[in-house]
Amino acid sequence: MLELRLPKKTPPGAEQADPPGTAAELDPSLAAPAEDAPPAREVVRAHGINFFYGQHQVLFNVEVTAYEREILALIGPSGCGKSTFLRTLNRMNDTIPGARLEGEVLITGQNIYAPGTDVIGLRRRVGMIFQRSNPFPFSIAENVAYGLKVNGLAKKKGEQADVVERCLRATGLWDEVKDRLNKPALALSGGQQQRLCIARALAIEPEILLMDEPASALDPIATGRIEELALELKEKYTIVIVTHNLQQAARISDRTSFFLMGRLVESGRTQAMFTNPQRKETEDYITGRFG
Amino acid sequence: MRKHFVEELEDLKQRVMYMGGMVETAVHRSVHALIDRDQSLADSVIREIEPEINALELQLDQDCLRLLALQQPMAVDLRFLAAVLRITNDLERIGDLAVNIAQAVGRLLANPTPRPLVDFPLMAERTKWMVRAALDALFRRDVALARQVLITDDEVDALRDQIFRDIIQHMIQAPDTVERGLSQIFVARNLERIADHATNVAEDVIFWVEGVDVRHHTHDHAGQS
Repeated sequence: MLELRLPKKTPPGAEQADPPGTAAELDPSLAAPAEDAPPAREVVRAHGINFFYGQHQVLFNVEVTAYEREILALIGPSGCGKSTFLRTLNRMNDTIPGARLEGEVLITGQNIYAPGTDVIGLRRRVGMIFQRSNPFPFSIAENVAYGLKVNGLAKKKGEQADVVERCLRATGLWDEVKDRLNKPALALSGGQQQRLCIARALAIEPEILLMDEPASALDPIATGRIEELALELKEKYTIVIVTHNLQQAARISDRTSFFLMGRLVESGRTQAMFTNPQRKETEDYITGRFG
Repeated sequence: MRKHFVEELEDLKQRVMYMGGMVETAVHRSVHALIDRDQSLADSVIREIEPEINALELQLDQDCLRLLALQQPMAVDLRFLAAVLRITNDLERIGDLAVNIAQAVGRLLANPTPRPLVDFPLMAERTKWMVRAALDALFRRDVALARQVLITDDEVDALRDQIFRDIIQHMIQAPDTVERGLSQIFVARNLERIADHATNVAEDVIFWVEGVDVRHHTHDHAGQS
């Protein structure tokens, strides 16, 4: 008549009263997550970065590390200094009159601001992708091969064709453009142009790719391709990406650094940052309560 | 500032609180139907309150999914919606358990007045307190109160064990009381399950506010503040 289970002969206190199954059905992902696995090799280490445009200080004592084969996302409201910081990583700010940097940026252990640094060589190692794709007014193949020429890496024609194909394949463009490699790059769609620029950056075999809002001018499908591409590229490269799209940062990055008014507020594993940030400013920003 | 979204979250919370109020009423009425031997009170739980609780659960689930899909919440907002999805499920289960108790009232009324159980009203009060406190903790984001709920669950478990021992001893001494004794055991077990679900709600409040998952190892965390 009644649905019940009498207590067993064990002391009643020992009875497990949970509904069947609930206690045992732990989601494995809820098991104490192994904290960051043993640290991978540091590829980028920015230490004590202060940055000035003339008298105006825009970065304050920023400390950021990026590890081998990871995607590090830099997020923060407009004007927070994240793009300025990104540009310090391959000395792109050098050309700005009155710009001045304090601190040091180590790329695989070498301070890139040390006197005598080969800046051209640095930018070969640390490639950059911009918000607006900027293909040169040449053919598709020439765009990819361009870096080889200007860096004195020109190879024999057959080898060059191999590099073009490899880089276009790596960016998923090959099948789309293999029949028109000699056609103008500017005839490609916006998303294709951006992937072409990434292929061009890959041709000179960088170690690090800096991406400054690489998908912000693209439609959702092209954006998805760039994100997929970033995830594939991180198997080989370290990627530091500035993005205003928080979902994008959440989707693709391993770690995230949040900048606010020139200061690094919080850095951490992306999953933790987007589910349980430690600083109120971070939480307010990513939940849309300001910014 | 996502003003509209923040308002929607607040509205969702208010409706969870409303559902919580219905659940509290269901527990209160089923317990008092039993104590006061009042069949009409029991019937109101079965016929009126529990169906409304079920409907609220469906509606709140839909609202959570809509907000997750359309607003893509992050951090504390994401945790809140995840917590609400679990909490509404726990509240709905409490409603079912209150119905179980209400249904037992009929069986107990068919028998002579059972021997009063000293611990039963106390267990009922502690269980009702846990449900109310878990909901208050949700309303006020009160983690300390939520942790009190986790601790109180041990007390309710101990009361259930005491009641079981008491009834079994009585059944052994007077075998003609077995049927109503079983009904009483059934009621105590349902109360204890209600306390478990209130504990789940309290755990979800802690998860929402602090981002800490204390499920399945309650005792390790119950004392933290």
